Amino acid sequence: MTLAEKQPLIEVKHLKEYFNISTGLFRTKPLKAVDDVSFSINKGETLGLVGESGCGKTTVGRTILHLYKPTDGEIIYEGKKIKSREDIKAFRKKATMVFQDPYSSLNPRMTVSDIIGEPLDVHKLVKSKKERMERILELMDYVGLNSEHAARYAHEFSGGQRQRIGIARSLAVNPDFIVCDEPVSALDVSIQAQVINMFDELQEKLNLTYLFIAHDLLVVRHISDRIAVMYLGRMVELAPAAEIYDHPLHPYSQSLLSAVPVPDPKIARANKRIVLSGDIPSPLNAPSGCPFRTRCKYATEKCGEAMPEFKEVSAGHFVACHRVAEIND
Amino acid sequence: MALLEVKNLKTSFFTDAGEVKAVNDVSFSLDRGKVLGIVGESGSGKSVTAYSIMQILAGTGKIVGGSIKLDGQELVGAGEKVMKNVRGNKISIIFQDPMTSLNPTYTIGKQLMEAILLHTDRDRKQAYERAVEMLRLVNVNEPERRMKQYPYEFSGGMRQRVMIAMALACEPEILIADEPTTALDVTIQAQILELMGSLQKELGMAIIMITHDLGVVAQICDEVVVMYAGSICEQGTADEIFYHPCHEYTKGLMRSIPTADTAGTKLQPITGTPIDLLNMPKGCPFAPRCDNAMKICIHHRAERMMINENHAATCWMNVKNAVENGEIELDTKGGDDLG
Repeated sequence: MTLAEKQPLIEVKHLKEYFNISTGLFRTKPLKAVDDVSFSINKGETLGLVGESGCGKTTVGRTILHLYKPTDGEIIYEGKKIKSREDIKAFRKKATMVFQDPYSSLNPRMTVSDIIGEPLDVHKLVKSKKERMERILELMDYVGLNSEHAARYAHEFSGGQRQRIGIARSLAVNPDFIVCDEPVSALDVSIQAQVINMFDELQEKLNLTYLFIAHDLLVVRHISDRIAVMYLGRMVELAPAAEIYDHPLHPYSQSLLSAVPVPDPKIARANKRIVLSGDIPSPLNAPSGCPFRTRCKYATEKCGEAMPEFKEVSAGHFVACHRVAEIND
Repeated sequence: MALLEVKNLKTSFFTDAGEVKAVNDVSFSLDRGKVLGIVGESGSGKSVTAYSIMQILAGTGKIVGGSIKLDGQELVGAGEKVMKNVRGNKISIIFQDPMTSLNPTYTIGKQLMEAILLHTDRDRKQAYERAVEMLRLVNVNEPERRMKQYPYEFSGGMRQRVMIAMALACEPEILIADEPTTALDVTIQAQILELMGSLQKELGMAIIMITHDLGVVAQICDEVVVMYAGSICEQGTADEIFYHPCHEYTKGLMRSIPTADTAGTKLQPITGTPIDLLNMPKGCPFAPRCDNAMKICIHHRAERMMINENHAATCWMNVKNAVENGEIELDTKGGDDLG
């Protein structure tokens, strides 16, 4: 990788996204879905974002694209802060999204060519009907869809093919950056591998940068260069993929990774799982101090008092834990 | 004698578009205290197999052939009276989605007690005590208070615990778990699998674990049945299936799972798309997607062949390999089909 490519394509600084939840007549309470999250993604890189449901990983992806207005914090794209409506509109030509559910994210009344062509119309990227059709067929070719199927409707396709349509749509504006929100979790294992390979190939071919959100840790490990772990709206650990799998430092990452069912009976039987007690607390009543302390076996009084700082413990390895040095001795 | 013996089970759904053979000639047996995994993708017939055993098929579904024997007693055609006694009492089932399998308008306690009152001679007080005891068994905190709560007050993992408590309340001999952890997060999944494993040892029941996740199978199952398009491809002990897969579909599945070793490399997916059950091919259902398909695979479905005493597979490749290794000799008449 050359020096120019190591430049961050997108930087997220102290991002906050609070939703106001009604708790009674005229009373609301902020739900801190994302609370003070910072990271950057380099050009051509894939950052995996993992965590349990409700940890805020999808909200991070959506807030970056300004599908939700950020409550606070900055999103910097190619060194330029995104602020005004014009910025957002220009940004959305460079950054798109692939959604989780290939069944509900495609309009059943539109043909495949209209679904893929819609972003072209919205951003006025094509001048003639002929050019539009050529571009649509090119995009269908990218994702391995048969060009004869352009006039068909989404319901005529299987889950894997629908996800290909969704990916073709996200590629229509010729983006640099794609937020992939659980793009393979609704697919069968045999189809999942096809789509994962396609993400790899497209990244090489079109020099794409991904934020890959998923809860399947084996998939994330396969596709990501670096991985970030979130818990209750906060980022608890961020490190290169191999590093976080071999040496997770945060107690939550440790238990999360040990809970992954390994498809190998001998390893699975020998595997010592760190089983967490209890459930993830409600983000409306998040614990004071470290959000993980209620389920953490290392928690001390100090953990309840202050929020641990998200700091770099070794090159490129960030952890938010008061006792990271002691417990990983 | 095996606790549950399923032989040549055939279940079809009769739709306007035609007969869908959802389960086609499935045979397996389950011994006391064992965990059997049924693995397959959507549409492979794994859930329909379970529903056939319980005889809770949707309106258009019907068992059209075969036999299901529980402790030697035939269940196919036994009638609703017998089945009412079997369901919940001898065989229990937990479903995939803990969010929708509880009734939102009744308290957890009422729903738990319903099963106990229906199937045992206990009176209300005894049933209440049994329900509290079951909640404690599945590690629900403050069971007395939880009994009065409604399902919306429970998280996904907690609801699945309640479902397990309900399923085990009458001490069934077999627990069928239909994707019990698919809707849950990995840390909660680990809790539930751990719980099922320990309860299984404690109560000595047998479990049929239906899942698409080979990781879950590796963790909990003694024996495995791999299904594709309504038929069994391969069955055997977990070690045999994972370390010596003998069906091209199983091999393809194993290759297509990402692991720590595949990072930075290309995965080897199974090509093509899942089969349409209304247009089943004449030969092996997997042949259209199989990279090594031979002429014979397209025209004739392979018989079930024993690889060794713990392992059976339905794939012509095993015959081809055996011929090439000189283990068996072919009658030359139809010989050009192989290859």
